[in-house]
Amino acid sequence: MTKSKRAVNDGSLYYRHSLPVRIMHWLIVLSLPILLMSGLNIFNANSELYWGKSSYAGSPPFLALQSREGDDGEIVGMTRIFGHKFDTTGILGASKNQEGELEGRGFPSWTTLPDVQWLAMARRWHLFFAWALAITSTCYVSYSVIGRHLRRDLLPNKMDWRSIGQTVKDHLHLRHPTGEAAKEYNVLQKLAYLSVVFVLIPLIILNGLGMSPGMDALLPGWVDIFGGRQSMRTIHFIVSWALVAFTAVHLFQVIVTGFWNNLRSMITGKYRIPEEAKHE
Amino acid sequence: MNKHNELTRRSLLVRAVAGLGALTLAGCQKVSESTWFSKVLGAGEKATYKVQRLLLPRKAMAQEFTDADRSPQFRSNGTSTPNNPQYQALAANGFADFRLEVGGLVDRPMSFSLADLRALPSRTQTTRHDCVEGWSAIGKWTGVRLGALLETVRPKPNVRYVVFHCADPMEEDGSSPYYESIDMEDAFHPQTILAYEMNDQTLPVANGAPLRLRLERQLGYKMAKYVTRLELVEDYSKIGGGKGGYWEDQGYEWYAGI
Repeated sequence: MTKSKRAVNDGSLYYRHSLPVRIMHWLIVLSLPILLMSGLNIFNANSELYWGKSSYAGSPPFLALQSREGDDGEIVGMTRIFGHKFDTTGILGASKNQEGELEGRGFPSWTTLPDVQWLAMARRWHLFFAWALAITSTCYVSYSVIGRHLRRDLLPNKMDWRSIGQTVKDHLHLRHPTGEAAKEYNVLQKLAYLSVVFVLIPLIILNGLGMSPGMDALLPGWVDIFGGRQSMRTIHFIVSWALVAFTAVHLFQVIVTGFWNNLRSMITGKYRIPEEAKHE
Repeated sequence: MNKHNELTRRSLLVRAVAGLGALTLAGCQKVSESTWFSKVLGAGEKATYKVQRLLLPRKAMAQEFTDADRSPQFRSNGTSTPNNPQYQALAANGFADFRLEVGGLVDRPMSFSLADLRALPSRTQTTRHDCVEGWSAIGKWTGVRLGALLETVRPKPNVRYVVFHCADPMEEDGSSPYYESIDMEDAFHPQTILAYEMNDQTLPVANGAPLRLRLERQLGYKMAKYVTRLELVEDYSKIGGGKGGYWEDQGYEWYAGI
């Protein structure tokens, strides 16, 4: 694998990412971590998740990060999920503060923005970058639909659907396309990007808006489509972790398919085509 | 290209990127504490106010629920027993001597007993209370329509806000009374009421007796409890900390529609 990557040094660079795509990609790279971390700070203000129209719809929270005083007087962090209890002291429910003392808090301070529990400031970060994400993704969707990005690069074609089994196998073996095939996204890539752009990001924005008492009045009752306001808070939370999972896989793929080549292509647009693999 | 050099260059770059990441994060934490940056970020919420006001019809109604949706117990949040001797004396007497003062930029400043308020047009609504922390609860409220109440005192044309002065001090020493403010569009919204009943009972002290604001299209901290005086103003910058409310003075946004 290393060989095929290094062997190509003939200067054949392929223009892969257009300028708008690159700019929007990096704006989203900036927004998502800030939204996640400020979101976790906001979550910590009420570290429980419910399903239903309110927090008192009858069933206990299915996820709760709590703290209690242990027998020895030390604070214990507890994670309760679907009725199962786990001791998660140090990470969830209770973790160390700036002074190195254990204190009750949902997610630990190193995952939140600001690091201290500060709801007003976390909301400022979150609601500012929510605008950044909403505007960027609206631009991205319009650009893809109106321009040729969606049809040319993102929508799977017949060949893609047929190759899906093989592509899954290739991915599991960390075999990656070379030559002509490397110019296009493979089917798994296409499906991953499509689901982020057209499912996860719209879903997270919509479910974020569902928590707004102002937006709820736009069409009274629309939040019930998603199971009610507290359900939307839950969906918002789950989708944020789906985006984290996507980012983790995405970064892994970026690294294993040639980190510097990928990084350059997202900065300058130019991608060096890996040479056709010889049977080794 | 020499492989060794390339690797060193790359590991340097990796370290630079990691360092930059850590610095950015530390910078984010630091910059949160500066006023100018907080103001920049605040632009996001200002935009939300403008857009929601553009998008939402003036009389767009908050969702209303059925009795079955009501929360078994309506959580008492913030103050539950105001640390204020005058208030406690009124409460001991069942608020028989309570008067709501309405003044400021009005033609006819007035004061109302609870019986006076009950005689004015009222509204009953079962609505969801959304706390800024993330939880919500559903309760049934009955109260005097704020719009009808304000009409009786004849606001002057330059009035822009209604300020709610409350009986609950936010400091241990009895200082810093809770207060809030809303604009006239919200004040005249049909669901904006000064509630004197919760779940078909007289409003309990824990939930803001004898009067609390219900402002259904905004978050809970806007809905002042223990309201004793309304002041109609053109500008709230001289009141309290100048941001239009107790929590606003602590950094929360004045517009709490999101």
